[in-house]
Amino acid sequence: MIALAAADTFVKPHLAYGSLWPILVVFGAACVGVLIEAFLPRQWRYAAQFGTALGAIVVALVGTGIVADRLTVRGGGVARGYFGSQGTVALDGPTMFLWGVVLVFSLGGVLLFAERHVEGGVSAFAGQAAALPGTESERQSAGLDHTEVYPLLLFAVGGMMLFPAAGDLLTMFVALEVLSLPLYLLCGLARRRRLLSQEAAMKYFLLGAFSSGFFIYGVALIYGYAGSMDFGAINEAVINNAGNQTLLVIGMGMVTVGLLFKVGAAPFQAWMPDVYQGAPTAVTAFMAAATKAAAFGALLRLLYVAFGSARWTWQPMMWVIAILTMVVGTVLALVQSDMKRMLAYSSIAHTGFLLTGVLGLQGAGELHAGQITSLEAVMFYLVTYGLTTLGAFAVVGLVRDSAGEQSTISRWAGLGKHSPVVAGVFALFLLGMAGIPLTSGFTGKWAVFEVALAAGAWPVVVVAVLASAAAAFFYVRVIVVMYFHEPDADSAYVVHPSILAAAAIGVSAVATLALGVLPGPVLDLAHSAGQFIR
Amino acid sequence: MNDFPWLTLLIVVPLLGAVATAALPAGHKLELPKQVALGTSLLTLVLAVVMSFGYDLDGGFQFTEEHTWIKTFGAHYALGVDGLGLLMVLLTAVLTPIVIGASWYDADPGATLRHDDEAAESRHTKAFFAWALALEALSIAVFAATDVFLFYVVFEATLIPAYFLVGGFGGNKRRRAAVKFLIYQLAGGLVMLASVIGLYVVSAEHGAPSYLFGDLQGITIDPDTQKWLFVGFFIAFAVKAPLFPFHTWLPDTTEQATTGTSVLLVCVLDKIGAYGMLRFCLGLLPDGTQWATPVVITLALISIVYGALVAIGEDDMLRLFGYMSVSHFGFIVLGIFVLSSQGGSGAVLYMVNHGIATAALFLVAGYLIKRRGTASIRAMGGVEKVAPVLAGLFLVFGLAALSLPGLSPFVSEILVLIAAFQHHWWVGAIAVTAIVWTAWYVLWMYQRAMTGPELVGGRVEETRDLDRREVGTLAPLFLALVVFGFFPMPLMKVINPYVDDTLQHVGVHDPAPTVAIDGHTLPATEGGQQ
Repeated sequence: MIALAAADTFVKPHLAYGSLWPILVVFGAACVGVLIEAFLPRQWRYAAQFGTALGAIVVALVGTGIVADRLTVRGGGVARGYFGSQGTVALDGPTMFLWGVVLVFSLGGVLLFAERHVEGGVSAFAGQAAALPGTESERQSAGLDHTEVYPLLLFAVGGMMLFPAAGDLLTMFVALEVLSLPLYLLCGLARRRRLLSQEAAMKYFLLGAFSSGFFIYGVALIYGYAGSMDFGAINEAVINNAGNQTLLVIGMGMVTVGLLFKVGAAPFQAWMPDVYQGAPTAVTAFMAAATKAAAFGALLRLLYVAFGSARWTWQPMMWVIAILTMVVGTVLALVQSDMKRMLAYSSIAHTGFLLTGVLGLQGAGELHAGQITSLEAVMFYLVTYGLTTLGAFAVVGLVRDSAGEQSTISRWAGLGKHSPVVAGVFALFLLGMAGIPLTSGFTGKWAVFEVALAAGAWPVVVVAVLASAAAAFFYVRVIVVMYFHEPDADSAYVVHPSILAAAAIGVSAVATLALGVLPGPVLDLAHSAGQFIR
Repeated sequence: MNDFPWLTLLIVVPLLGAVATAALPAGHKLELPKQVALGTSLLTLVLAVVMSFGYDLDGGFQFTEEHTWIKTFGAHYALGVDGLGLLMVLLTAVLTPIVIGASWYDADPGATLRHDDEAAESRHTKAFFAWALALEALSIAVFAATDVFLFYVVFEATLIPAYFLVGGFGGNKRRRAAVKFLIYQLAGGLVMLASVIGLYVVSAEHGAPSYLFGDLQGITIDPDTQKWLFVGFFIAFAVKAPLFPFHTWLPDTTEQATTGTSVLLVCVLDKIGAYGMLRFCLGLLPDGTQWATPVVITLALISIVYGALVAIGEDDMLRLFGYMSVSHFGFIVLGIFVLSSQGGSGAVLYMVNHGIATAALFLVAGYLIKRRGTASIRAMGGVEKVAPVLAGLFLVFGLAALSLPGLSPFVSEILVLIAAFQHHWWVGAIAVTAIVWTAWYVLWMYQRAMTGPELVGGRVEETRDLDRREVGTLAPLFLALVVFGFFPMPLMKVINPYVDDTLQHVGVHDPAPTVAIDGHTLPATEGGQQ
């Protein structure tokens, strides 16, 4: 009966293919990649997969530019865009900006995935994922290349694009899973130190599944509160104060917890160091940069669009979480002896800085003319943080000894002497993360601290500047090791990469400097993205 | 002539020189990069001097340039100097070539300050000179910036060359000293960042956000907000200056760094602390300044006495100079925060004089320490007999540090002391004791290190006297000390309009004179009679 009645009133959904196509290109290319894996001879796969992935991302990036250019103005000029697919996908300025960001990071990720020079002719991924570590079959697969990683990457990228664009909770959940599942797999595919890698994948999967549980439970509660999954409808319910407030508060908390897991905010950060350390470094680089951008985009949309009117409820909680995240990330990073773990904790601290920007949400009337908005600040910070992190992890992938990557910090002694260029670039990334002026980290920090201060969150800003000062210590410690310690026989050395990884590192380094000296164009771009559509 | 971008030129020339120095091939004698560095710094000096001939003594910001830099942040590339800025730029431009000349062999492979130090590496030789030039460029930018954001950026950026200078060259524990230096400075700077951002928020509330110094001076900031902003700025500048209790990095750093680096740090970079207090605390936050005056004066007095007392007990000559500087910076801060024209003029003059006298003392001590292979005063003795020129100059510069009448620091110290007594008699009474303490440690140091019998087993006979290069680097400083000791008028003419402007902005007036001497002519007559 119900089905019939529905069929009577069926309206063809307006999907807005004209604006969705960058996502579809990525997903389509991912499917093509699966077919390539099935039907192409082994020796051609690398080139075909790499070409497909690179091409898809470049086309999607160009497409994002074209689509962003054609967005219609609405909401009195503060926002641009429209809903696609019956309101489930919001195609607005911030979405386009974040698409661009995610795609740029993915471009770097693809280049790092395809790097074969460093491992001596094969990629950094296990030849055969199913071969148990230490067995005969693993030794047989030593010379093989694993090319499934490219379609996996593309699926993750598609999920990451959908994530911040989601217009309702269900789409957001689907996007969350689509981006997470390929990443769980990718984490377990390291060629060297496979047990560590598989452990990382397992932890990531378990905790990720756990956080998804939180998220979906929260979705159910919110649905119970508002009677809709749609962000606009939830917002209206909040404004009209309809429904049970307890449901709203608990539901909001749970959904937020699910997202805070993904961005690695304390106290949900426990998976990050293990996963960042165990995953193949190229995957870590891609994941650290792109996942964070996508997840923060989703978090911003959820908090600003669906719960914007209830911000007096979530802002105090965000204060606590931001402070906790900065303190935990900074303090634990101080005692790390492994480079990847240190960068993971530093990434947690940066999540705290980003949250400082998130809680800087102000009502339209409270902002002064020409003042930077919290959305702009966070989006800008994502660009600066992502490029610096991508570059830093890419450099970590080059520093090796006979056993593979050498990420023990003390073994980097004297790197500045025998590899001045690589050490110099890495020092630049570290200075950028520390937020030294004339690097991108500084302008990013300035932006997020400003919006928090303007919103009256001065205690958070005070903690943030103190955490930045403490954070400088562990970044500088690495520079001391690289430049002022003498190399010995055990010291790691730098393997010169091919043009692929070199390009990713080079672009990141240039961006780290350029966004510190002349951040104007990117800030303007973030500004022109406008507000979320409602 | 004022349309010509003099200040940009003064920043770009040493910066290009730094790049060229770093990029040049180092021949086996490493002469070429050094010559390029020296040439660049001398060119900068010439440009700075030529520029200052165009300076109009009426005051106000001159040689201004202004371009929008980051529109969203309200930041501008805006430069300009007033009396204070001009003197600091000139001080930087004068000291850098002297430091480069004095450090000619200090960064060579195998060169050490003390005998037990490890040698600097050969490939780092060029780096020393390149970083020194970079530091000069950034320091000039700090003193010339008239946009708070630009100031903050270059203020923090100076740490990078300073860090590599301290960490790369000098004593065995230089790495720890460099990290301590950097952490102190970064922590102070980041606290200031909160205040810098606070200024943006305030400025946004008053219309379009702008970081231009002139725009910020034009808005009225709520007194309570001023207090918070003041605290942020003040902590950063107190770390930089350094003021008790933020001073502990300074002796550690001067002990480990080469004396050339110490000159750049203590005589140029630390001036940014006092400069910032004048420019931002007094210039932008008059209510906050008046609110904090009692606390700041107390800290300054503690610095003056504490620095001097610890200096008496120091055996390491370079640490002694560090504590001496803490004491002297106390005087500068005291002069600034008593908020009177004598105090202000005295403080600014003190900044210049301290720069000259302390630089001279560090350099001559560096020459001595290199000859003796130790910085321990106890391990020296009898230098007078074998190196009379060295000992004589050491005495003159030491006497300058203790403000002997006839040498330029006297003028500034007496001005600050007069202002301190006018502020409150007990402030003056505490500050004036420093004259005794300073005489004690300077003369006692001279007595132990230079006079007396030659040390048995010592290497007095190896202690050559100063050579021509070394005398050449000290001669300009010696001349400046004597000339400005008798004739400080040119400096005062530049300083006084600036101090009057600033005090007017703070909203204080001098107390009515109790003696029949006009405050502005006081320095000339006092100094001239000596």
